[in-house]
Amino acid sequence: MTYTSSEPLNYLNHKTGLWSWLTSSDHKRIGLLYLYAITIFFCAAAILGLLMRIEKMAPGQTIMTAQTYNGMFTIHGIIMIFIVVIPGLAAVFGNIFLPIMIGARDVAFPKLNLFSWYIYIFGAILGLYSQFANGHSPDTGWTFYVPYSAEASSNVVIALTAAFVLGFSSILTGLNFIVTIHRMRAPGMTWFRMPLFPWSLYATAWIQILATPIIGITLLMVMAERLFHIGFFDPALGGDPVLYQHLFWIYSHPAVYVMILPAMGVVTEIFPTFSQKPVFGYVPIVFSSLAIALVGYFVWGHHMFTSGMSYESRWFFSLLTFIVAIPSAIKVFNWLSTMYGGSVDLKPPLLYAISFIFLFTIGGFTGLALGSLATNIQLHNTDFVVAHFHYIIFGGMGFGFFAGIHYWFPKIYGRMYNFKWAYISWGFLFTGFNLLYFPLFVIGIQGMPRRYFDYDPKFQTGEFLSTIGAFILIAGLAGMISNLVYHARKGPKAEANPWHGVTLEWQVPSPPPHENFDEIPVITHEPYLFDKPATK
Amino acid sequence: MKNHTHAVSTDRANWTVLLILLLLTTLSVLAIKLQVGAFTVALALLLASVKVTIVLTYFMHLKFEQTILRVMVGGVFLLFAIVIGITFIDYLFR
Repeated sequence: MTYTSSEPLNYLNHKTGLWSWLTSSDHKRIGLLYLYAITIFFCAAAILGLLMRIEKMAPGQTIMTAQTYNGMFTIHGIIMIFIVVIPGLAAVFGNIFLPIMIGARDVAFPKLNLFSWYIYIFGAILGLYSQFANGHSPDTGWTFYVPYSAEASSNVVIALTAAFVLGFSSILTGLNFIVTIHRMRAPGMTWFRMPLFPWSLYATAWIQILATPIIGITLLMVMAERLFHIGFFDPALGGDPVLYQHLFWIYSHPAVYVMILPAMGVVTEIFPTFSQKPVFGYVPIVFSSLAIALVGYFVWGHHMFTSGMSYESRWFFSLLTFIVAIPSAIKVFNWLSTMYGGSVDLKPPLLYAISFIFLFTIGGFTGLALGSLATNIQLHNTDFVVAHFHYIIFGGMGFGFFAGIHYWFPKIYGRMYNFKWAYISWGFLFTGFNLLYFPLFVIGIQGMPRRYFDYDPKFQTGEFLSTIGAFILIAGLAGMISNLVYHARKGPKAEANPWHGVTLEWQVPSPPPHENFDEIPVITHEPYLFDKPATK
Repeated sequence: MKNHTHAVSTDRANWTVLLILLLLTTLSVLAIKLQVGAFTVALALLLASVKVTIVLTYFMHLKFEQTILRVMVGGVFLLFAIVIGITFIDYLFR
């Protein structure tokens, strides 16, 4: 990207050249490095998803073999979960905006931050390599369930190593954010004067550093099982395959909150700004984030109701699953109440944020059907689970991410995207998303199992509609990404505060200067007061 | 921040802690022979937890840290104790 000399110095132009980016410890540049890497991997995994949908447009084999299909859903899951969604919002928007929003010049450990990105890239490349090395792409699914993952002849070890490496990046980012929030808040920014996006990052970071080591150890155990036949999970050697599922989900369920909590934080910033009204229930939103992070630790067993767990464990996990829905519902109530009576301005960021509520709520309610012991028996391992999961992760984290990028785009690049283009892309995305995933609820209830490349012809209507939805969704993604990419370079210059936001990132120029602030601001009151300046 | 004025463990205290850790490690090995069935793992975890607590307290200087750091580390231990406890409830009732 080139800049004219008349532009004031900012983090994009104070140094130029590829090397300056690859060695930069500026948190905003590192955030952009994550953004570009994640976008590329997201597009690759989305294309794999489209190919899988094309395969299932009609019963029987159409464009790929069953083994290829197994490899595709595995690598689609590994890329989307470990490379796109888990780092996603925290690594991109957390890196770019956390220090600015708390009035700091950078994160606590800037070089460690850059190192985290390199670890991430190394893990991501390993993940891709596992798909192609020796022509044996892993076919276990992203869950790596034993005994199959301990015995399969495909590239499971490389894929496990990739997930293991990526975990380190996540832990280091979480650690950086916790120390940054504890140590580097601006004078006067008490805990309850901190905006809610940093609060969501704080809750997320605790999950990252406490839960991620467990998956690291678990993946190492699978590798040891494969390479040395130790018997952790092999009943013939005194092990237990259900133990693997416990260990895997002890991490992977809280990981869902690593994915969704920052998205909740993003939309919590958007609703007050586009309603020009203080957020409704600041304190309940803070504590609901912390409650989700805490209770989310104890619900992992709802992934295992049909795996042979004891009855006592099943009702215990079912009960806690219902309880974890409460703080999420509190947030939804607060978001709606924030908009109620406000000057609602339906700009693209708000449109995506409202879509987030709609889709996340559908995902949440269908999650209750899966958390209930009786209905879980019917729905487990069907396409209903696939639909629920995508409504939560894509509808929640994905649309939260889209809301965030449309919200902060003018701040990041100092330029504005085309609104009409953004609205049309949203229309395609929202329509395509629902047409893609909603039929999977229906055929899932009818008994269509997940991860099958072929199916009974009675499911064809649902599968066909779903594939049409995938094409529409991809068209929407292409429209949205091309709008943003084009206008990052060619868009009209944006004002420093085009949405009239009141948090600190809107008080600095667009794009922000290299070290964010000439002088560290002094915070005099709580955030989201639209009739008062943020600082003195 | 007060972390640059820390008191540190004496050499004598460090050697004592090392001896205690070696003793507990020996006990961990011997515990396998006690044949206490389902509680073997619980016993091993208990001994490991005591060792970890001693390492954190003395070798990692938690004893000399601010209260908030001790509370945070304690919270992490509590969390993992609950997670492990819930996992083993499954095994006890299966």
